[in-house]
Amino acid sequence: MNHTALQVLLLALVVLPLLGSVAALLPAPPGLRGRGPEQAVLRHGVTVTGAVLAVAIALTAGFDHDRPARMQAQTDVSWIPALDIRIHLGVDGVSLPLLVLTALLTFLCALYGYFNPPAGGSPKAFVSLLLLLEGGTLASFAVLDLMLFFLAFEMVLIPMYFLIHRWGGAERERAAWRFILYTLLGSVVMLLGLLLVGLKGGTFDMVALASDNGSGLSHTTQLIAALAIITGLAVKAPMWPLHSWLPDAHTAAPTVGSVLLAGVLLKMGTYGLVRIVLPMTPDGAHTYAPYLAAFAVIGILYGSLACLALARSGAKGDLKRLIAYSSVGHMGFVLLGIATLTPTGVNGALFANIAHGLITGLLFFLVGALKDRTGTTDLDQLSGSSGAALYGRAPRLGGLLAFGAVASLGLPGLAGFWGEMLAMFGAFEPAEGLSRPAFLTFMALAGFGTLLTAAYMLIVVRRVCMGDHPAEPGQHPAEPGARPALADVRGHEAAAWSPLVALTVLTGLWPAALLGLSDPAVQQLLAGGK
Amino acid sequence: MTPIAPGTSGLAADAPALAGSLVQSVDWLAIAPPTIAAVAALVCLVADLFLPEHRKPLLGSLAIGGLALAALSLLPLLDGDRSTFCLTSDAEVCSYTADSFALVIQFLVLGGALLTALLSISNIADLKLPAGEFWFLLLSSASGAALLPASRDLATLVIALEVASLPAFALVGLRRGDRLSSEAALKFFLSSVTATAVMLLGVSFVYAATGSLHLSRIAEGLGHVDPRLDTLAQAGVVLTLVGFAFKTAAVPFHFWVPDTYVGAPVPVAAYLSVIGKAVGFSGLILVTVLAFPSYADVWGPVVAVLAALTMTAGNAAALRQRPERPFSAVRLLAWSSVAQAGYLLVPIAAAGYGDSDREISHAVGSTVAYALMYAAVNLGAFAVAALVARSRPGNRLTDYRGLYATRPAAALALGFFLLCLAGLPPGIIGLFAKVAVFSAAVDAGLGWLAVVMAVNVVIALYYYLQWTAALFRTPADAPADAPLGETALPRTAGAPLTAAIGLAAVLGIALSGAPQLVLRFASGTLL
Repeated sequence: MNHTALQVLLLALVVLPLLGSVAALLPAPPGLRGRGPEQAVLRHGVTVTGAVLAVAIALTAGFDHDRPARMQAQTDVSWIPALDIRIHLGVDGVSLPLLVLTALLTFLCALYGYFNPPAGGSPKAFVSLLLLLEGGTLASFAVLDLMLFFLAFEMVLIPMYFLIHRWGGAERERAAWRFILYTLLGSVVMLLGLLLVGLKGGTFDMVALASDNGSGLSHTTQLIAALAIITGLAVKAPMWPLHSWLPDAHTAAPTVGSVLLAGVLLKMGTYGLVRIVLPMTPDGAHTYAPYLAAFAVIGILYGSLACLALARSGAKGDLKRLIAYSSVGHMGFVLLGIATLTPTGVNGALFANIAHGLITGLLFFLVGALKDRTGTTDLDQLSGSSGAALYGRAPRLGGLLAFGAVASLGLPGLAGFWGEMLAMFGAFEPAEGLSRPAFLTFMALAGFGTLLTAAYMLIVVRRVCMGDHPAEPGQHPAEPGARPALADVRGHEAAAWSPLVALTVLTGLWPAALLGLSDPAVQQLLAGGK
Repeated sequence: MTPIAPGTSGLAADAPALAGSLVQSVDWLAIAPPTIAAVAALVCLVADLFLPEHRKPLLGSLAIGGLALAALSLLPLLDGDRSTFCLTSDAEVCSYTADSFALVIQFLVLGGALLTALLSISNIADLKLPAGEFWFLLLSSASGAALLPASRDLATLVIALEVASLPAFALVGLRRGDRLSSEAALKFFLSSVTATAVMLLGVSFVYAATGSLHLSRIAEGLGHVDPRLDTLAQAGVVLTLVGFAFKTAAVPFHFWVPDTYVGAPVPVAAYLSVIGKAVGFSGLILVTVLAFPSYADVWGPVVAVLAALTMTAGNAAALRQRPERPFSAVRLLAWSSVAQAGYLLVPIAAAGYGDSDREISHAVGSTVAYALMYAAVNLGAFAVAALVARSRPGNRLTDYRGLYATRPAAALALGFFLLCLAGLPPGIIGLFAKVAVFSAAVDAGLGWLAVVMAVNVVIALYYYLQWTAALFRTPADAPADAPLGETALPRTAGAPLTAAIGLAAVLGIALSGAPQLVLRFASGTLL
């Protein structure tokens, strides 16, 4: 595909959702009114996100897979000459998978929302916010100007705030306020770092700054800027101890919000680390790498232990909160991979990014479906005395949940395995100048974390999927007939989830598809864009 | 128009010797903007005498027309710098110059006054303010404010400053029989007069040291001051800044702000927060950059410290506002405007550290760009506050809870204005104006000031966000807090108020889409 066509595709990818977001607020034109205004606007959401997904797939098809390290489909026009801020878009092997993941997850969310209209505010606002969220996320993966990156990064917060605030569950106002406060404070700190890099480096262009590889910045500047940027991105990632907004936000968010929050929004933090901190402030990255790794490992252990505590019987653990904490652990692997500063580790991190998006997205969908059916996500209420017996009551749902759980714990052959293994592999031999013994310790602790992850995931499977079959009521003297039959996976649910399952298996069996894209780009970023 | 050609130097040479030595030529076109505003003020005052009570609303249209005409009269001046009231002995030394800096600030002042006028129309009717006096005072203050950025000698500057301020005292105290209003006016008056007195002392010192009142001559004179007069000159420089620092409400001259804003009618508070500050900082720029460049090592650090203290004090106080207190919304806006004044001062301080003309003009331009952004969104925020005050006279922050449910458009507009002030998307212009200010500080090597500003921006985020979030909360229960005697006013917004909010919102959105519109001043040459 020629350059202009690619350019147009990438532009369309960013602009389409934003236009769609505005259009969702307008009354439907005649001929597209459907069965009513609500159905029409929900359908509008599916159409636009579907079109965006199609554009993303076309972009992937047109992408020059032989040279993934090169920025492709670049658009570069001046926007604010006074501050030398340019509208610079481009895509390479690092951002392409994330763009596709975003388009896919948002499409699936819109599809799910079409059949399961969220309770709360008007569907009009819901679709509009969803599209705004998609536009912001796609923009933050596609822009190549530090200021635009910040703008896109911020643009995402507002729709997410409202999604939690208006369509969320219990405690949603507090959770939404906490979410916006944490992430905004984080991103303002990040902005300071970005400004420092941009003003001292003489340009805000990410490609130019990356190829300078920090040569235009003094050591001190790099240290200060990297500290600010890492702090800001670490709130988003989230890195322990800056993670505490996440469990609340996930617990309160509606299903669609949780899926996008875990699947896409968290990735912006780690993407920023790879795209900005590693190439632009290499000295800073080098100095802080051991600390980053240490926090990452603490995050892995902390997340797993928190999950174990929640999964215990009688702990009143919330399933959504549990998956949120497991996200803290999984993102810990991603951060550990980045902190090794080796191609292996960073590739692993990017792979784990995508895998976590697919798997956790699926898990949140499943838990949301479970909540729709049983009205609760409380593990104790769900499982009762012996287990929720999903295998017996809704075999396909139970099977999918078990699949998600084992994918999440990193079963070889599924997507979750490769990223975490590569991250640990990177820690086995960290970049030159980093303390090897320290990283070996981190690796060992991370390995222990995978064991804990396996433990709590299996406990969850045992408590939710297994148990006594309700068809044999004699075995439930304590709660006779307390188990209404559960609807199994419905058609639209199967449609929304099967792509995630298929991709989890596909990337698990054929990791080269992703690694082949990211590896050359990562090598280049680490080497300074040469 | 008089037949006097713009080429004043040529005219002076051709004119008979006697007349040439005494009579200064006047370029009426150049002085049109402040003159039209002043004439409109007089027309309003006189027309008030002859209009019957039911025709009084006509005065509002008259005032708005006058302000619009004054703003339009800026257009023919765009083609180049013009000077008038020049010395007959030296045509290079003039008292009035309409250069691009003056034009931009005049645009800001007249546009701001226009928005204020739109805001005021419904307020005058609601509060039963005397219409003729109100419009006369507003327009004369605006004409003084429009004169100030073009003044190029200290006497004209002081006169312009007082013409802008004196009607403002009366405007603040215009709510007859309101104790709060008169107290606010008195407070404002006393502190302002003190500042003016100190400033006049400074001006006289400077005059003593240099022998001139013209800014360009002072700049020359200060370059080689008699060593025995050096202390006098330094004291003069610092004291002169005091008067302008007061107008910008910089620390320690900020205590009058919250009480005055609360006591004044909301449109007047809006006017003070934007035009009052524009007067202060443009005067500050003129004296520092044009008159005292050789003493940059004196005023540079002074302004930098003032900026840091001002933004910190403003934000700290804004953070402490209790939302359930009466008038807490206006009070918060008042403190936030103090903090914003601190940001406005940062590039002026940076100009004191600039080595080249380009750096200085870059810094000045950053202040101007920031001020334009601030004017549009702050007036917008006050406009929404005026709107809410119509149905909830208490104007507490808690009254804004759930505003989205009752008035979605106003809530969205206010949210946008607040985010602009905070510097967050979608208030893109707020963000980039802050970036311009920030980069001016970094370029000047004022790293510490940049850090102080950054911390302040973060602090300010908290209260702006809290207010914005409250707009979208579920509304509180029935308004059981309306004290006795507060009658619920009509809930409809009224066309002028809607127009003011809409205009401010359109400006903010347009600037967010194309920030270059104002940011070009930050890279261009203004002075």
